[in-house]
Amino acid sequence: MRTLWNDAGGEFHPVCAPDFLPLDRLQGLQLQRLRATVKRAYENVALFRGRMEERGIRPGDIRSLDDIRSLPFTEKTDLRDTYPFGLFASPMNEIVRVHASSGTTGKPTVVAYTEEDIEVWASVMARTFACNGLHRGDILQNAYGYGLFTGGLGAHYGAEMLGMTVIPISGGQTDRQIMIMKDFGVTAISCTPSYFIHLVERAGELGIDLRDLPIRAGIFGAEPWTEGIRRHAEEQAGIKAYDIYGLSEIIGPGVASECTEQGGIHIFEDHFYPEIVDPKTGEPIPDGESGELVFTTLSKKAMPMIRYRTHDITSFITEECACGRTIRRVKRVGARSDDMFIIRGVNVFPSQIEAALLAVEGVQPHYQIILTRQKGLDQMEVQVEVTPELFSDQVRDLESVQRRISKSIEGTVGIRAAVRLVEPHTIERSMGKAKRLIDNREK
Amino acid sequence: MKIQQISVFIENRPGHLAAQIRALAEAGINIVTLSLADTEQFGILRLIVRDWEKAKGVLEAAGRVVKTTEVLAIEVEDRPGGLAELLEVIDAGGINVEYMYAFTYGFKGRAVMIFRFEDPDAAIAALQAKGIGVLDAVDLFRRAEG
Repeated sequence: MRTLWNDAGGEFHPVCAPDFLPLDRLQGLQLQRLRATVKRAYENVALFRGRMEERGIRPGDIRSLDDIRSLPFTEKTDLRDTYPFGLFASPMNEIVRVHASSGTTGKPTVVAYTEEDIEVWASVMARTFACNGLHRGDILQNAYGYGLFTGGLGAHYGAEMLGMTVIPISGGQTDRQIMIMKDFGVTAISCTPSYFIHLVERAGELGIDLRDLPIRAGIFGAEPWTEGIRRHAEEQAGIKAYDIYGLSEIIGPGVASECTEQGGIHIFEDHFYPEIVDPKTGEPIPDGESGELVFTTLSKKAMPMIRYRTHDITSFITEECACGRTIRRVKRVGARSDDMFIIRGVNVFPSQIEAALLAVEGVQPHYQIILTRQKGLDQMEVQVEVTPELFSDQVRDLESVQRRISKSIEGTVGIRAAVRLVEPHTIERSMGKAKRLIDNREK
Repeated sequence: MKIQQISVFIENRPGHLAAQIRALAEAGINIVTLSLADTEQFGILRLIVRDWEKAKGVLEAAGRVVKTTEVLAIEVEDRPGGLAELLEVIDAGGINVEYMYAFTYGFKGRAVMIFRFEDPDAAIAALQAKGIGVLDAVDLFRRAEG
């Protein structure tokens, strides 16, 4: 084995061993786990069994990794349609945790974990932090939100497994975050990249230069970000900024991570089998070409996922990584094949905003979502055309309309939006179809 | 007794007010008086015109959202204390004023104010009981337009 560790003072943690498996061993493991997962899904989840029966496929038909292509896809809407527990493959008395994320109609999508799943999740997050050059002795400020969102607890368990010191500070309270970062000698922070940019700006206002502090790594995920943001974060804070990738339907954070080479994200593919397909046809595309990332979980017990369509667009990187890991890399995820956008770590579909608007009496679905970044924080403005039903000769009535719309949006997606009433017929309609989203955030 | 006021929604952006006033001018509609309620983001233009139905039609044809509201045109002595005395009568009647604005002309020592009340009928009763003149549309436009 080559040098497995890029960071002086680190020692190899055995949990990271699968990152370096020889290809034949890795593929053997994947096939064995795939067959067990398909069998489990078929036997315990009506939706998977029904779809396989429609196609005349039985679990025993999966004899090679390529046979995965005969299996049907799973979509986010399948989680919604089976809300809340319809895709669980374990009885409730074996499920030790549930998390939930925003859904497309206001109902969250629910995900579940057995004790074993929690352990796998901790292991992939431990491998994530190890990829980022962290180890026992590092002090992690975990500023991902703790709660229904998978970010906080997912990172927490992984950091503990690796032996790091975790500060479970969760999100928000920026001044307190900065004080603790300084006073506790924090060496790494995990949060959304936009929150970190905000934190750096606030530290500057308080006269604190993060470059003077021990912090040396930022573990950033839960929203797409760019090389521009990376450069900014690295220069302003004197850190290395790493991209991590995950989605709750697959496990949460810990599906893939950059290593210290910062050249694409390594997928922990002994647990999450990746495919890249043509988003229109669903057919596989040649390695190296862009397409939609699709995952099949290989170890999940409580909620196995078969060919889950992420709608994230990326491509496999075919060259070996200098870090020595054998697990495959894909390019950082930016574009999506649907209209979902991510704001402050929360996935939002314009259709959710639309549903929230229509829940307010008198509102017509003529709206536009405008995303901006102010002082490093994402802001959402929703412009809504005034209708005769909404209009009043009194200012306070219109302000009350704005408040009701804002409340409805916050109740649906959990994000506060500034609501601006605009004159009728002023929202741009292109080719008969309104353009719902204008993203003016820095690329 | 009640006068029809028309209100129009306007975004608080350059040119948005002028465009609506221009549309009325081109239709030959004279604005007798108006008020503009404004916030940071939007405004509400309130207009008194003789032919309010035509004005409403013109603005709606231009794609505007228009609302009509019943308001009262009330005579007030054009001297110090004139308005104060009127408001005391209104207050004594327990009547809530939503907003008010003035005409730009006087008539034989009297001004005319436009009042939007929560309950215009209660206001009419309270004012007439005190002998305060509430103008009907015919009176109002005769005075305004001569």
